[in-house]
Amino acid sequence: MEIAVISGKGGTGKSSISAAFATLSEKVVLADCDVDAANMYILFNPTHEEEQVYIGSQKAVIYYSLCTNCGLCVDYCRFNAISFINNKVEISEISCDGCKLCSRICPTKAITMVDSDKSRMYSGTFRNGKMVYGRLAPGEENSGKLVNIIRDKAKKVSKENNLNTIIIDGPPGIGCPVISTITGVNHVVIITEPTISGLHDLKRTIEITSKFNLKTWVIINKYDLNVEKAYQIEKYCSSINIKVAAKIPFDAKVVEAMVHCKSIIELNPSSEISHLIKNAYTLITNG
Amino acid sequence: MIKSAKIKIAIASGKGGTGKTLISTNLFYVLQQQNINATLVDCDAEEPNDLMFFNGEKRKSFEVTQKVPVIDDNKCTFCGKCYDYCNYNAIFILPPAKIIKVIEDLCHGCGACTVVCKFNAISEKDVSLGTVTRFLITEHTSIIEARMKIGVFSPVFVIKAAIKEAGNDGIIILDSPPGTSCPFIHTVVRADYVILITEPTPFGLSDLKQSVETLKTMNKTYGVIINRAGLGDNTVYEYLNQENIPLLMEIPFDKTIASHYSKGELLSEFQPELKAQFISMFNLIVEKYGNSSN
Repeated sequence: MEIAVISGKGGTGKSSISAAFATLSEKVVLADCDVDAANMYILFNPTHEEEQVYIGSQKAVIYYSLCTNCGLCVDYCRFNAISFINNKVEISEISCDGCKLCSRICPTKAITMVDSDKSRMYSGTFRNGKMVYGRLAPGEENSGKLVNIIRDKAKKVSKENNLNTIIIDGPPGIGCPVISTITGVNHVVIITEPTISGLHDLKRTIEITSKFNLKTWVIINKYDLNVEKAYQIEKYCSSINIKVAAKIPFDAKVVEAMVHCKSIIELNPSSEISHLIKNAYTLITNG
Repeated sequence: MIKSAKIKIAIASGKGGTGKTLISTNLFYVLQQQNINATLVDCDAEEPNDLMFFNGEKRKSFEVTQKVPVIDDNKCTFCGKCYDYCNYNAIFILPPAKIIKVIEDLCHGCGACTVVCKFNAISEKDVSLGTVTRFLITEHTSIIEARMKIGVFSPVFVIKAAIKEAGNDGIIILDSPPGTSCPFIHTVVRADYVILITEPTPFGLSDLKQSVETLKTMNKTYGVIINRAGLGDNTVYEYLNQENIPLLMEIPFDKTIASHYSKGELLSEFQPELKAQFISMFNLIVEKYGNSSN
């Protein structure tokens, strides 16, 4: 079973809740798919058993000894990545999309494509099972490809080790990496908070999960920061038949747990929040 | 207050939810109060939120599009050249069955297939990636919102169009998308100064370090605002000291702040001392880094 924890808006407590889910009781495979800001390894300090280079994209590089300054590449590039600067053809690494057209049309073959190979996927063991995570190199296109590789690896690890549950900590937003995170999972849990942006982002996120016909749950985190807004979110969820699995109050203990590199379940298993998270997990996995 | 200044300031953070929108909207509000010519560009195109904090009058809206190929089955010889040229796997071809299809969601609109097709079988159409909308907030200020269409492969094109729409005059605040990947880079690359927002937690620190490393390679100048100060630990402060990164401001963790924000209210309306801090931070940044040519 795969459970994906996501949130349209960042900072709603997605990672704290994923960490709690991953440390409840049974051993699990934890997949950190928030590749642009991977944080789970900080809490769980997993062993590095495997490392895999991930080629995210390619960038065009020009060899000036071959360039005749004809300007054909400048005309053909649709990403405005190539221009004449001081009478010299320059390719902007930031703007290059890696389409390779310039390299293909260059009459003197002065442009080659170079792999961006700084992103990585790791897998290893943590104290409650196995863990797979990725790190996207800065400036890479955050496409869902690395997310897919992590999920495939997590499934393989789960089979090899007889661990039935995969907890996926997803990325924020509503883009391609989020779609890759949730496609085909058994449950999607959206973590939201009672703010106007929380509700706005929740609606956009649900638009995606319903497009993919996924079993979706909502957890309202820090609900007591604005009880009225939390009620509004609950009403919205019930109007579209989505279950609120938990309403969790704000508690500085959650931050304290993070500071101690623990989940709230590990730091304080008998706290109210731990109970609420346990109940939500039971509800979701039986639902 | 420096009224004639010209600068682009990006508000960014590696970690989501650290308070980028809180800082962007409040800084914008404070400038508005001083009658300064200011534009806030909401570059978080996946989840744009800035407009919720203001009442604006819609002035201009346009679609951001990209080209996608359309293949004419009658002219296509199923030679497979377009398939070879596509670096995004957006063309599916089965020559024996005479099947060829464009997978539009994967297409980046580079035009390689149209260039290589010798049989004139490929034309192009425009598809929408999202919208850019300009809202007038007061006589001197406006918000430009980049809003990506759900399911589009990247928000970058919509972000670039929104920043372009902002022009070069006055104070331009760029509320950046989270992370350090493409969308972040394309936003901060246009900025004269970057304000990084973080929170004093291990997650906050890890993401801050990644943002700083990225900005270093881009040769950008930057400072840090710590939000929710008082929660968490001291490691972020130690890091700033060690790296000699200016701490521009601290916003304490306070349930009343969180509650104001949750209702879409602007903090600086209620907290004059915070407003004063925003003004002095702004003056400092403009004096040092303003009027450049980015």
